[in-house]
Amino acid sequence: MIEFKRVDFWYGEESGPEARNEEILREVDLEIPQGKFMVLLGRNGSGKSTLAKHTNGLLLPKSGEVMVDGMNTRDEDSIWEIRRRVGLVFQNPDNQIIATTVEEDVAFGPENLGLPREEIITRVEEALNLVGMAEYRNKEPHLLSGGQKQRVAIAGVLAMHPEYLILDEATSMLDPEGREELMKVIANLREKIAVFHITHNVEEATEADEVLVMDKGRIVARGKPREVFSQVGKIEEWGLELPQVTETALLIKKQFPSLFGALPLSPQELVGELCS
Amino acid sequence: MWGRGLVVGQYVPLDSPIHRLDPRVKIVFVGVSIIDLFILQDWFSFLLWGIALISLVSLSHLSFGYLLRSLRPLLFLLLLTMVLHLFFTPGEYIWEYGFLHISREGISKGFLIVVRLCLLILVTSLLTLTTSPVELTDGMEYLLSPFKKWGFPAHELAMMMTIALRFIPTLLEEADRILKAQMARGMNLDSGGIIQRAKNLIPLLVPLFVNSFKRADELAIAMESRCYRGGKGRTRLRVLELTSSDYYFLALSFSFIVFLSLRSFL
Repeated sequence: MIEFKRVDFWYGEESGPEARNEEILREVDLEIPQGKFMVLLGRNGSGKSTLAKHTNGLLLPKSGEVMVDGMNTRDEDSIWEIRRRVGLVFQNPDNQIIATTVEEDVAFGPENLGLPREEIITRVEEALNLVGMAEYRNKEPHLLSGGQKQRVAIAGVLAMHPEYLILDEATSMLDPEGREELMKVIANLREKIAVFHITHNVEEATEADEVLVMDKGRIVARGKPREVFSQVGKIEEWGLELPQVTETALLIKKQFPSLFGALPLSPQELVGELCS
Repeated sequence: MWGRGLVVGQYVPLDSPIHRLDPRVKIVFVGVSIIDLFILQDWFSFLLWGIALISLVSLSHLSFGYLLRSLRPLLFLLLLTMVLHLFFTPGEYIWEYGFLHISREGISKGFLIVVRLCLLILVTSLLTLTTSPVELTDGMEYLLSPFKKWGFPAHELAMMMTIALRFIPTLLEEADRILKAQMARGMNLDSGGIIQRAKNLIPLLVPLFVNSFKRADELAIAMESRCYRGGKGRTRLRVLELTSSDYYFLALSFSFIVFLSLRSFL
């Protein structure tokens, strides 16, 4: 479990009231349990990425604590174990691949952990299979598409056998195809480890176990996707859009108020409701 | 491995016994050869060296023409060396005009030195043509790692090389993109004198540099997230291992070099 306990954060050293005005995270309380698929939604500048960088101690809270499986991210002795358990995948696929071939990039994490060579080989194989990139093993990263690069980045994290996979806007620079590829990989992983997916694309949140919404450094809503998206008015206030299907359903509901007890989140649900 | 993408450096990806040699063996061989070529003074040794080089090239499946092309950029230097030795070596003059004179010793010394330089260039080119930059980096890291004890940053240098190699294609693509974007905004690369042309490059270079710093920052964060903390305690996926053909090559080439050196000393 990753726990945020009243985390405040702002950039810079000062701690006067002025710095506080520029706070990026405000009293964030958050629990990321093992084995769940959670999505954090929020518009640009809402503090999502800053929150992500707190999960593995890249940034430390100005006040409050972040605990990962009982270890404090402030504790320098456990920081590397925390980073092994909490794998981060970032936005720009080009800026997180280190090695000159796919295989070696996936091996980068295990190499840093000082694992024996045989173990590295099995882990690379296993991780590449999980993201469906095994046949690209010997390719150079710049020959891959954006979606493939992000899958390699995920494999690089998985090879360290983490407990949590944090995707910090990992889909935002991808084309629709790449996005779909990545969402498929995530769907595959959700049973195996905790996935915490940060995005501003609401469509990617409909399948989540839990949705959180962040605005102006605060977590303003949390719950099942349907609960969150039924707060129609607020969604706009938070700078988000409704999923297309839900939007369509709302428009239909305007004409036919008797329809739709619960708002549909997937095309199947919409069709189901309409046909019943 | 580099063939399908952009070729960095001179590497020609082929499958040959020379390509398959351990990069460490090749680096050490080239190093020792350079020293040997400086020690040797007589034509017979150079003849033997020439034969050795020809057999290495045919083993490497490279074409001779391709290898000889590596001499082209240094043609001027070779000519200059020749001319200097030709005219400024004292000895028995066979031709004189004013203050210019050519001596018998000058001719033989000039040719000897030009042949020596050619052999030096060809041997080093053989290394860079048959060894990928990645392998070269690995080989250097292995060879330099004993000096880590005295604080030599072998791992750090290799990591820098790897990252540079990884990002060269990315930055080239980006430069291309920026170039097109700026051209669409009316940038003109080919007008004006040299200074104006250099100035024309500013709108290309500034965004490229700014982006590179941003990339470096993000890459560092990504590396740290993946538990990178320098070379200490790090293991490797790719390990260099000497095979029997490496040992044969080492034994053969060293007996050749030792024989030649001894011959010129005795």
